[in-house]
Amino acid sequence: MIRLERRLDTPSWLSIAVVLFAFGMGLLLAAVVLLVTDHNPLSTYHSMLRAGFTNPGALSSTLVNATPILLTALCALVAIRMRIYNIGGEGQLYMGAMGAAGMGIALGGAPRPMVMVGMIAGGCLAGALWAAIPGFLRSRLSTNEILTTLMLNYVAGLFVYYLIFNSHSYWRDLTSGNAKFYPQGKTLDRADWWPALHFGHLVIPTGFIIGLVLAAVVWWTLRSTRAGFQLRVIAGSQSAARYAGIRTKRAVLSVMVVSGGLAGVAGASMVGDFTHMLDPNGLQQAQFGYAGIVAAALVGFNPLAAVIGAIFIGSLTNAGFQLQGATFPQGLVGVIEGIILLCVLGAQFLTTYRIRRAPRRDPAAPAAAASGPALADQTPVLDASPTFAGRDLEPVTEP
Amino acid sequence: MTAAIGTRGVSRRFPGVIANDCITFDVVPGEVHAVLGENGSGKTTLCKILAGLYRPDEGDVVIDDEVVRFNSPRDAYESGVFMVQQHFSLVERLTVADNVVLGWSKRRGFRHRRKEVEAEVAATAEQFHLEVDPSAYVWQLSVGERQRVEILKALYRGARILILDEPTTVLTPQECEHLFDSLREMTANGASVIFVSHKLREVMAVCDRVTVLRKGRVVGSVDIDEDGADPRMLARLMVGREISLMTKPPANVPDDAPVALDVAGLRVANDFGRLRLKDVSLQVRRGEIVGLAGVAGNGQRELAEAISGLRERQAGTVTVGDQPLRSSSPRHAIESRLAYVPEDRLGTGLVATLKVTDNVVLKDFRSPELSWGPVIRSDKVHARTRRLMEQFDVRGTPDNTVRQLSGGNAQKVLLAREMSSDPVVLVVAAPTQGLDISATESVRSLLLEAAASGVGVLLISEDLDEVLDLADRVAVIYDGRIMGVVDAEGADRDEIGLMMAGMEVGA
Repeated sequence: MIRLERRLDTPSWLSIAVVLFAFGMGLLLAAVVLLVTDHNPLSTYHSMLRAGFTNPGALSSTLVNATPILLTALCALVAIRMRIYNIGGEGQLYMGAMGAAGMGIALGGAPRPMVMVGMIAGGCLAGALWAAIPGFLRSRLSTNEILTTLMLNYVAGLFVYYLIFNSHSYWRDLTSGNAKFYPQGKTLDRADWWPALHFGHLVIPTGFIIGLVLAAVVWWTLRSTRAGFQLRVIAGSQSAARYAGIRTKRAVLSVMVVSGGLAGVAGASMVGDFTHMLDPNGLQQAQFGYAGIVAAALVGFNPLAAVIGAIFIGSLTNAGFQLQGATFPQGLVGVIEGIILLCVLGAQFLTTYRIRRAPRRDPAAPAAAASGPALADQTPVLDASPTFAGRDLEPVTEP
Repeated sequence: MTAAIGTRGVSRRFPGVIANDCITFDVVPGEVHAVLGENGSGKTTLCKILAGLYRPDEGDVVIDDEVVRFNSPRDAYESGVFMVQQHFSLVERLTVADNVVLGWSKRRGFRHRRKEVEAEVAATAEQFHLEVDPSAYVWQLSVGERQRVEILKALYRGARILILDEPTTVLTPQECEHLFDSLREMTANGASVIFVSHKLREVMAVCDRVTVLRKGRVVGSVDIDEDGADPRMLARLMVGREISLMTKPPANVPDDAPVALDVAGLRVANDFGRLRLKDVSLQVRRGEIVGLAGVAGNGQRELAEAISGLRERQAGTVTVGDQPLRSSSPRHAIESRLAYVPEDRLGTGLVATLKVTDNVVLKDFRSPELSWGPVIRSDKVHARTRRLMEQFDVRGTPDNTVRQLSGGNAQKVLLAREMSSDPVVLVVAAPTQGLDISATESVRSLLLEAAASGVGVLLISEDLDEVLDLADRVAVIYDGRIMGVVDAEGADRDEIGLMMAGMEVGA
């Protein structure tokens, strides 16, 4: 009989080893798919590696994808660290882009640092306010935030689409030549575009630097501040938090606001660094909000490691674009990416449980130990809740 | 006489506890047989073994004098054994009739003929005087009615032996009477009922024979009529008397010592919104230990939570020193220097997944001593943790998570935090439950120290020995009321046992 036992603690080498092992397994599994579809796995992986990192300019394109993913990963992990599931990074990013574009247009002509600060503030605020809606509903009415944040993504998507395509809003460009044929947002002054750092061929967008700084700030806040402490306590036990005099409802709202603010900064960076206008279609095709959740989950919701997760997902996306072609359909790219991600995410199970072969205690009665209620007396029970890297992910329930 | 069901030397161990220790007892056909015992005496484990939910480590279950092996609850149903657990297993969105036939039906065939099923269920209900409408949805029913559905489910499946685990805890007195009538009806038809309870009055009212458990062992088997059992005798058997670990030095709390905790006219609802504390008033003086004795589930948890601000008060006041506490504000209680060691140590009092350092500052992390603006000063936190771990002799390191500590050490961490907060009042609930002897000893001496230093201690415990050993005065709670307060010194155990079982005792 095989039993799953919960580990009391996970050594850090194990988490890393498991991720690497799972990554290898993912490559092997994907190789099977590639062989079946008549592609050479080795050359495919080689070209993925080149497209993601080593080709001229590849790393820079990877960073372009990684920038918003890093920020939305921070958005997802801040909430999940308190067992709040903010799936709404996507919509909060749209609203952040809207806020930032609005500020950028309004401040046009002002000194660039001022425009940048204004755009970041506008994006952050818009994302935060958008996230405050599900946060408020969750803390006051115990509404399931997974559903509300997810649904609000569609609302936000349609709203920014409306701003550009269905209205003569402040964001829409009504004057330029292109805009006469196809609706588009007002373009920011070229002088207000966010600068990028150049190291030889490597181009690092400002947004990525901001992401690195925020990752460090989030990490430090979670580790060393009163806010981080309260978050840990609430995640550990709601009733202990109440017992300790922590205002749990207020904390839920605050965490949602911070989380949404981070996604809003991602939106600001999209506008400032890359699109330079409010571009609803581009935002919605990229799905950086959802990619951020995956990136955060890959690294066990650790803010510093989120940088690696974001670069990994960014490179995978980038490699996917490069692979696509006549002989390599887009669907196959998705399958390869999906297999690798699934293996790495699924393997984190191994870091929280150990698998043990246990001798049967009572050979006369093999069925009973496996039957439902009798399990209750086997001490090492498999918890019903899904876990990632040792953290239980059951939703927080308000008393 | 043959036994309808019984056990032969059944033992069952859980990590660190022997829940059942070589239990042998018989239930004859047509009787209501009580299994009486305090909390943790092994009643529920025994019932689960009978119902096939647990397997015994040793010993056998017999039915009609034949040894049976139940590998699952289903095997037990097939032998006619059915258990109604404390938490019902009904599907709220289905009707009564659907719940009754769910998983097992007399009918064969693919179609679910609603009307016919309802008629069948109604007939069974009629036969046993279980008033319930088969077409009603379960979510519409009261708790008492739901229990009837559970019993109906058993009877419909042809149960010959019905096990009821603490059936009356959720019922009103009227519903209890109703239940007792149904039980008498069943036994008149030749079925047997095992009635698990700790309420003497009910046992006397409805049962024919009683098996008394204490600490997993059978300590007595009594025939209510033949042996002329009276509540006093049962109470003594149930509560028992043991060698005490540590006793309090002679009390010398002056009568005019200032009042530390004053609870007046407290009315509080339980989790289901039913009134659980009915006008409770209680005083604890500085330097005094007041023990609150009572069987579990009589309002102790609600009282502790209402005092500490975790539960809303409907009426009444709680005053710490001369500071009246706001209702449902744990923070105000903490700021008013009320310390509270809850019964649920690892879920409420401590956060099991966090380090000892985090747990030590759980309530105090905002204080200027430990934090500098929004930043927690981890050097100070570590220093305090090390100091407290040494002072309270906690084995482990500051970086251990509480889950990694033994139960005794975890409890010491909790006590260390609460006692070091310079409290006026210390409320402790079941402080030694589940601890081994040496840990129990040190927890007890810590409580005595706290009282000696002038803290007013309210000790809530189901362990009467502990209450009598430590307390200056003993208050007895039953069904949300204080039945009486007596001096611990020279207290009559039998009298306390009777009050715990809800009997009025003339003062």
